[in-house]
Amino acid sequence: MRLPDVLRHSWVLAAKDLRVEFRSRTAILSAVVFVILAFVVFNFGRDPTAVPNVALAPSILWVTFTLAAILALNRAFHLELENHALDGLLLAPIDRSSIYLGKLIANLVFVATFELIGVPLLMLFFNVRLLPYLAPLVLLIALATIGFVAVGTLFSAMTVRTRFAELLLPVLLLPFMILPLSWGVQATVRLLAGRPLSEIAGWLNMLAVYDIVFVALALLLFPATVSE
Amino acid sequence: MLRTGRWITAIALVLLAGVYVRALLYTPVEASQGLAQKIFYLHVPAAIWAETAMILVGLASVVYLFTKDPRLDRFAASSAEVGTVFCAIVLTSGPIWGKPIWGTWWTWDARLTLTLFLFLIYVAYLLLRSAVMDPATRARFAAVLGICGMCEVPFIHLSVYMFPTLHPMPIILQPGRPKLPGSMLTTWLVSLGVFTLLYVGFVVQRYALSYLHEQLEAVGGEVGHA
Repeated sequence: MRLPDVLRHSWVLAAKDLRVEFRSRTAILSAVVFVILAFVVFNFGRDPTAVPNVALAPSILWVTFTLAAILALNRAFHLELENHALDGLLLAPIDRSSIYLGKLIANLVFVATFELIGVPLLMLFFNVRLLPYLAPLVLLIALATIGFVAVGTLFSAMTVRTRFAELLLPVLLLPFMILPLSWGVQATVRLLAGRPLSEIAGWLNMLAVYDIVFVALALLLFPATVSE
Repeated sequence: MLRTGRWITAIALVLLAGVYVRALLYTPVEASQGLAQKIFYLHVPAAIWAETAMILVGLASVVYLFTKDPRLDRFAASSAEVGTVFCAIVLTSGPIWGKPIWGTWWTWDARLTLTLFLFLIYVAYLLLRSAVMDPATRARFAAVLGICGMCEVPFIHLSVYMFPTLHPMPIILQPGRPKLPGSMLTTWLVSLGVFTLLYVGFVVQRYALSYLHEQLEAVGGEVGHA
């Protein structure tokens, strides 16, 4: 199948998922509420006189986004289980990789939505100055998000059809998320400390390589997770 | 086959005892670390095989997805289980060495953390296998995770060089000549050989067991899932 077709099909699929999502809005609202609650938990889970906000902010940001992304990823293929919608999708005359790409795009939009709300809330709640570093921070978050959503979308296609799916996805996914998470935290700490951008270039490169490798791998492996 | 595996394992275990006789009696004591350094002959070969086992799981998984040969899936499952055991050896022998030398059982040092990752990936792999009932689906899912696991190993290695680390840097597998006195190197190489044998023995046994397991499942016997 030609590349423009694959892209068109995946866009149709992503648009369908997002339309379903933004008509009911239950999942995205829950994810946003989860992000807020996680911030609150972090606030009460530390001694504010001992740990300054700016020291904890990178951890709060990354741990919250990682956990919220796992919750969001569980949803992606769950949608297709109802009324055997997945079978319909597999019968459609489209490339299997466009199904993956479609799901990936929908998940990325979904995760990006609560991240867009999360970053300003972090500034508000913890009084950290993110605005001067906004451009590199957004790039950093985008690169890390693509990495773990790519792996997560692939894994959720498998776990959704296993027993205890909700528990299994984090167990499979977290070992793959910790690497981008740790690079993200290291780079964010340096950004917030006002270090020059050249110091975080190494982490950005690692994240970019991770993204390329795992998106490519997931595109190749996805057909194996759905074929009967 | 099960019997062959048992024999190989038994021989390897006897030889492992031999390695330690040699390490304790005939190999010089390291000057700054003292006797604690002796754990190196166990720790490093186990670490090498823990990682190699993951790579073998990945390679077997790649070929499995093309050929759908159940023998490869059985091998991947066996290799993963043995890799888990070796990872556990690394993660227990490391702290025993770390306590006298570093003064702490565990530190969130890059290498330790990343061995822990490897262990967690193995555990995830085994959990995924146990959560899928249909053998063909189980094999396909496990292969996907195995390949992803293999591809994460190079990232783990790259990461090691980006974090500040307490862990001794590689002294054998490094550019140039190994920086190790000859007798220590000999003991270590023998130990690596013994661990290779141990890996083969364990995998052969596990492979034979899962074969029997599948036979039993095929005739509808009551078994737990592997």
